[in-house]
Amino acid sequence: MTEAIIKFESVSKSFDGKNILQDISFEVFPGETFCIVGGSGTGKSVALKLLMGLMPVDEGKIFFLGQEVTALNERELNKMRIKIGMVFQSAALFDSMCVYDNVAYPIRELGGYSEDDIATMVCEKLAVVGLSDTASLFPADLSGGMRKRVGLARAIAANPEVIVYDEPTTGLDPANVRRVDERVRLLQEKYKVTSIVVSHDMASIYRVADRVALLHERTFGFIGTLSEFKKATHPLVKQFIHGEIGAE
Amino acid sequence: MTDKKKHKNEEPQELTVQESIQKILQRWGAVIWDFVDYMGGVALLGVRNFQVLFVYPLDFRYIIKQAYEIGVKSFTLTSLVAIFTGMVMALQLIVGLKRFGLELYTGQIVGVAITRELGPVLTALMMASRVGSGIAAEIGSMEVSEQILAIRAMGGSPIAKLVVPRILVTMVVTPILTVMSICIGIVGGMIVTMSEAGITSRFYFDQIKSTVQVYDFLSGVGKTIFFGFFIGAIACYQGLNTTKGTKGVGDATTKTVVICSIVIFISDFFLTKLFLLF
Repeated sequence: MTEAIIKFESVSKSFDGKNILQDISFEVFPGETFCIVGGSGTGKSVALKLLMGLMPVDEGKIFFLGQEVTALNERELNKMRIKIGMVFQSAALFDSMCVYDNVAYPIRELGGYSEDDIATMVCEKLAVVGLSDTASLFPADLSGGMRKRVGLARAIAANPEVIVYDEPTTGLDPANVRRVDERVRLLQEKYKVTSIVVSHDMASIYRVADRVALLHERTFGFIGTLSEFKKATHPLVKQFIHGEIGAE
Repeated sequence: MTDKKKHKNEEPQELTVQESIQKILQRWGAVIWDFVDYMGGVALLGVRNFQVLFVYPLDFRYIIKQAYEIGVKSFTLTSLVAIFTGMVMALQLIVGLKRFGLELYTGQIVGVAITRELGPVLTALMMASRVGSGIAAEIGSMEVSEQILAIRAMGGSPIAKLVVPRILVTMVVTPILTVMSICIGIVGGMIVTMSEAGITSRFYFDQIKSTVQVYDFLSGVGKTIFFGFFIGAIACYQGLNTTKGTKGVGDATTKTVVICSIVIFISDFFLTKLFLLF
């Protein structure tokens, strides 16, 4: 059996005494797209930040490529983070840099590449997201959908082994949602990238997911394949799909 | 009389003198504690800044860009403040000294005052309001829009990328701008002295040369290295600790200017006292 690339073991996290995640465990296998769904404020994004080591866990362990993330110091975490690309909900592009420099940023951070190599890699990644002609533009000149795709180009720039998407399609029109989803699928099929997608957009999940986990009341109420999720035989899944559960 | 008014009148009588003093002391104690706690955070950031300086490579392209933003773009403002400070100081001194027939000494007083105190402090205050607020707003906006989180997520250090270049540049640029401000302020004083007191420029500069010592110049400019550090560190600290969206960015900007100004005045006294020991 293939070994999991990411593993959460009984992870808990609380803020100001309020429990957000309670004893969650899951595994993500190489090359798959694992979707975490759930209502707003249920801790989906927190799970991603815990994986990246951007915040400490209260209890439990997280493993990435067999390495215990929760035991690493900041310098070791920085080395690990280079292997994971993150697409932010707000795109989080650097306002003061043009698209080219934004996409080049993680490659420069990685080091060891000449400016010519960087130029080749940036152009290739911009072509993947269909934005080859935007290199000289600044984030303020781009539409919401374009910003998300530049964010995606930046996340894949340093050829990471895993990409995590924090609500990549939130706030986009259906055409742009489809474009982003196609890119996510392309990366999985063409480059065999392992992905974790956090979302509550059902159409998007149906397009990109291999497996789905439903986060409800601080823990996973359901983890299964997309076809199992679609059948909605599990009562929680049924309620979620019909909009009967989720934060107000 | 309404119940509310009655309550208002009765409230002070309920407190004894001892209780009132205790309450005032508690309130001031809390303010001082908050300030000390805040400055502790700034000091830790400053220490971290110097630690990171020796671990991560410096991005000279970015440092030069910051030097342009922080230094070159501040020149007009600091020069304007310096020339008018020199002019108004000379004007006031001529009016005052004329009463005793001592207006010939205007240059000496203008020179010493601008070199030792006014040039450094006013330049630092202008830097705090223009540069400090700008740094806090920029880093604060980056914080609330997850850009700082993005730097960390890509394996970078926000301190190495954002804090180190800004603190280094403010520490270098503030003394340079101060030297320019001192020169411009003295020239401003000369213009007014020549026109209002009929003193020649040669006499004015001779007076300054005979009074202002190298020590005055070094102690004045030396203080601004510390002022530059405080401006950079406070602004970065405030920016990195911004919360509550755009309102938080506004608050961070205001707080930076206020705290930088207070710290400049307080540290000015102690640094002056320190330099007098040598």
